[in-house]
Amino acid sequence: MAQSLADNRPDEGRADARLGTMRLLVGNRVALASGVLILVFLAMGLFAPWLAPHDPNQQHPDAIRAAPAWQSGGNSTFLLGTDGLGRDLLSRIIYGARVSIALGVAVVLLTMVVGSGLGLLAGYFGGWLDGVLSRVVDSLLAFPFLVLALAVMAATGPDLAALVLALAFKGWVDFYRVSRGDALAARQADYVMAARGLGASTPHLLLCEILPNIVPPIIVLAALRMATIIIAEASLSFLGIGVPPSIPAWGTMVADGRADIATAWWIATFPGLAILLLVLSVNLLGEGLRDALDPRMSL
Amino acid sequence: MERPLLEVAGLRTWFDTYRGPLVAADRVSFELRRGETLALVGESGCGKSVTATSIMRLVRRPGLITHGQVFFRGEDLLRLPERAMRRLRGRRMAMVFQDPLSTLNPAFTVGSQITESLRVHGVARGRAARDQAAELLAAMGLPSPRERLRSYPHELSGGMRQRVMIAIAVSCSPELIIADEPTTALDVTLQAQIMELLASIRTKRGLSMILITHDLGLVSRFCDRAAVMYAGRIVEYATVPELLARPLHPYTEGLLKCIPRLGRPDIPVTPIEGAVPDLASPPPACRFAPRCPYVMARCEEREPPDYRLAGGRLARCYLREGESEDALWPPEEGT
Amino acid sequence: MWFRFLSRRLLQLIPVLIGVSFIVFFTMRLTPGDPIEHMLGQAGRVTPQQVDELRSYYGLDRPLAVQYWMFLRHAAGGDFGMSYSHHGRPVSEVVLERVPATVELTLFAFLLALGFAIPAGILAALRPQGIYDRTTTLGALLGISLPGFWLGIVLMILFGLRLHWLPISGRIALGLAPETITGLDSLDALLTGNMPAFWSALQHLLLPGLVLAAPMAAMVMRMLRSSMIGVLQQDYVQFARAKGLPETVVVGKHALRNAVGPTINVVALQTGLLLSGNMIIETVFQYPGLGKLAVDGIGAADYPLVQAVVLIYAVSYVGLNLAADILQTALDPKLRTGGSYGAVAGR
Repeated sequence: MAQSLADNRPDEGRADARLGTMRLLVGNRVALASGVLILVFLAMGLFAPWLAPHDPNQQHPDAIRAAPAWQSGGNSTFLLGTDGLGRDLLSRIIYGARVSIALGVAVVLLTMVVGSGLGLLAGYFGGWLDGVLSRVVDSLLAFPFLVLALAVMAATGPDLAALVLALAFKGWVDFYRVSRGDALAARQADYVMAARGLGASTPHLLLCEILPNIVPPIIVLAALRMATIIIAEASLSFLGIGVPPSIPAWGTMVADGRADIATAWWIATFPGLAILLLVLSVNLLGEGLRDALDPRMSL
Repeated sequence: MERPLLEVAGLRTWFDTYRGPLVAADRVSFELRRGETLALVGESGCGKSVTATSIMRLVRRPGLITHGQVFFRGEDLLRLPERAMRRLRGRRMAMVFQDPLSTLNPAFTVGSQITESLRVHGVARGRAARDQAAELLAAMGLPSPRERLRSYPHELSGGMRQRVMIAIAVSCSPELIIADEPTTALDVTLQAQIMELLASIRTKRGLSMILITHDLGLVSRFCDRAAVMYAGRIVEYATVPELLARPLHPYTEGLLKCIPRLGRPDIPVTPIEGAVPDLASPPPACRFAPRCPYVMARCEEREPPDYRLAGGRLARCYLREGESEDALWPPEEGT
Repeated sequence: MWFRFLSRRLLQLIPVLIGVSFIVFFTMRLTPGDPIEHMLGQAGRVTPQQVDELRSYYGLDRPLAVQYWMFLRHAAGGDFGMSYSHHGRPVSEVVLERVPATVELTLFAFLLALGFAIPAGILAALRPQGIYDRTTTLGALLGISLPGFWLGIVLMILFGLRLHWLPISGRIALGLAPETITGLDSLDALLTGNMPAFWSALQHLLLPGLVLAAPMAAMVMRMLRSSMIGVLQQDYVQFARAKGLPETVVVGKHALRNAVGPTINVVALQTGLLLSGNMIIETVFQYPGLGKLAVDGIGAADYPLVQAVVLIYAVSYVGLNLAADILQTALDPKLRTGGSYGAVAGR
């Protein structure tokens, strides 16, 4: 009956609470890799004018639907080939990162601030504010997120500002619920009672005592929501009601390439690959953050 | 003399934890005769529950039984194929757990959990099974047993739940019942009731029992023999009257001194100094040495053997060296 | 008792539904530009008088609040007005035509997703951190990271154009449509024993169904896995083993039963997302369903149509959540008898 214990691994060893968040994050190689990938995309977005070999909107009439460099018929001027209008795919992809990231960040920030702020207030004060907001939230919750965004964009057409609003329209609800729940719990918590006992004013309580404690799950949620927003923006752009067509965006590029999938498959494939990689790394980072900051949300 | 119903010999169970592997039950040996009630006594974490789980072969990752033999009715359970073991569980040997609220499945009615046992072990099915279940509940002292069959665990009180658990345990007429701290989760009045119930079932059905507990009061009232466990090892083994009258191991002695006596305020209550050792890095020789008031140099060099004394008593302490005729040294550390 | 519970739930829905209709109506009314002009865009020369006539015909000259009220009243009666882009046919008629196709696709994706996620989740939970678990977790991560429209196109290229295994558009091969019983081509074909039609329908369903099902399968699998892992650590699972039950019963009955509760929520949520995913996938695969209808309607600025479809999606979603709620209550005895309101699994 004597067996070696080499195959008995510790069951999901509980992380020692004393381990710093950073150490855990860095220790998780996958999260690290995804962080690096995100930085790459960020760099792409920030330094696009210097990184892109060509102007993303410049058409090259003599190189329409050129194949990627490693295929027959391709050449190294256009590493990933060109699209139906002769525009360099690589440059367009690099520039496309700007839109996706900027929009993602903008929408997430907006929904995070609005949602958490409202949630904090509703959770702490309750009363009519809570009641009214609950009704609104319930109605909004009745919509699948994309349907709502679609409806808004359908009304306004491809418009950047409208897009941000459309994507944010329902997104704040998640932050609202999380911060409201935590604020509600915090209201009864000991440290709040203690602070009040010491004469702390309400704004001080909200901002300096309660808020820091609800931040971790909010951050995790933000990271995970970012992924959803990026895909949603790309989907809407794909349908033609997202980013205005003059701005290079990955979703639009995939739509552009759809007609040519039989002959020039790369036009639709590479932009989508970029979306996949960015979203994948954001998701991984979000999961890594969650494991480090808020294991109770673990899925 | 008839062969004992249960013979545990050299049982060793490891657990892999995030602090490293540790031995939760270390070379545990004892026997249980038919009709006898044995107490496994010790503090939390001393390995008594692990021993029970090992006997029933319910140990799972990250635990592993690595050595030993467990003879039940002559068969070594540790070498049985799983399918044969499953036929024994619930049928010939049954377990009563500590907290019936968490042990009964909250999604199923109490009745269905009883009839399930009956059905799986081929004792009864359908209407007959339900009738038997109702009879069992009545025998356990539950009012309106028929209605109770349709109740869910959370709808019953703690005492009732424990009775249900006992009903499930005896439903297929086992020969051995292992009761793991059956009354710890209950308040004192209920404790007495449940123990009375167990005692009466034991007599009525001729059961042999292993009672796992830290309560020496229960041991003195209901058990014939006792094995005292400390840090995964059995340190003393004797009949209950002998144990209480004259403890042979310093730990047992310490335990007895912890119990306040009614009407004798003059006798001091002395707790045992120190704390239970960390099993991941235990004391090298005698595990009780750091806390023992009689500790000697040799206690920290080599673990004492089991000294066999008169009347089948065993004590693992160098203090008993002079009194014993025989010393069982543990086999050399191999794996 | 059930009746009271149900009626209470339904009553709670009313303010939600009103809010939903409110949002739908006013969102669409935000449109810049004149719907009448859109409608008449192709008609060439029209007189201002004709424009006014059309305007009052569609009630677009009344105050907004009145329009909302008219909208509500008509919607409750199933009348969503005339479709701008379908030659003035009633919207309800146009929509109804396309419903069966979407229902079929959604149902197919639903079954695919669950058929994969449930066994996968259980198996992954049995050996956490094992090879199988890690692989499926990775797969799940991919499932939620892949943009649906892109996956659809890639699969189209691979299986449709390169390997010629599967069709890349439409619902069924021309001329093979079976007689209509339920409106679901594959089911109708089966019922009438029309095997060629059945295979054709199935082939057309496969790619869009897969793409649609992927994110749902991923999320459900993860939820079930996590739920199961928690449940498998519970005492009652060990007790079930102690009773001598075979492991399949222990896991499949005792554990699973307690793990499904929180999973149902995710299933409902994801099924709702199937609806929005529909819009995109149907467009990619030119699948003639509600989603494609809506997207085409957006392109044609056919607001009554889009309004109707959005409303339908929202109401379906509400209904789904209600069903999930009811199911959860039915499964958890504690919720039923008004006991502690909490998930049964491992908390």
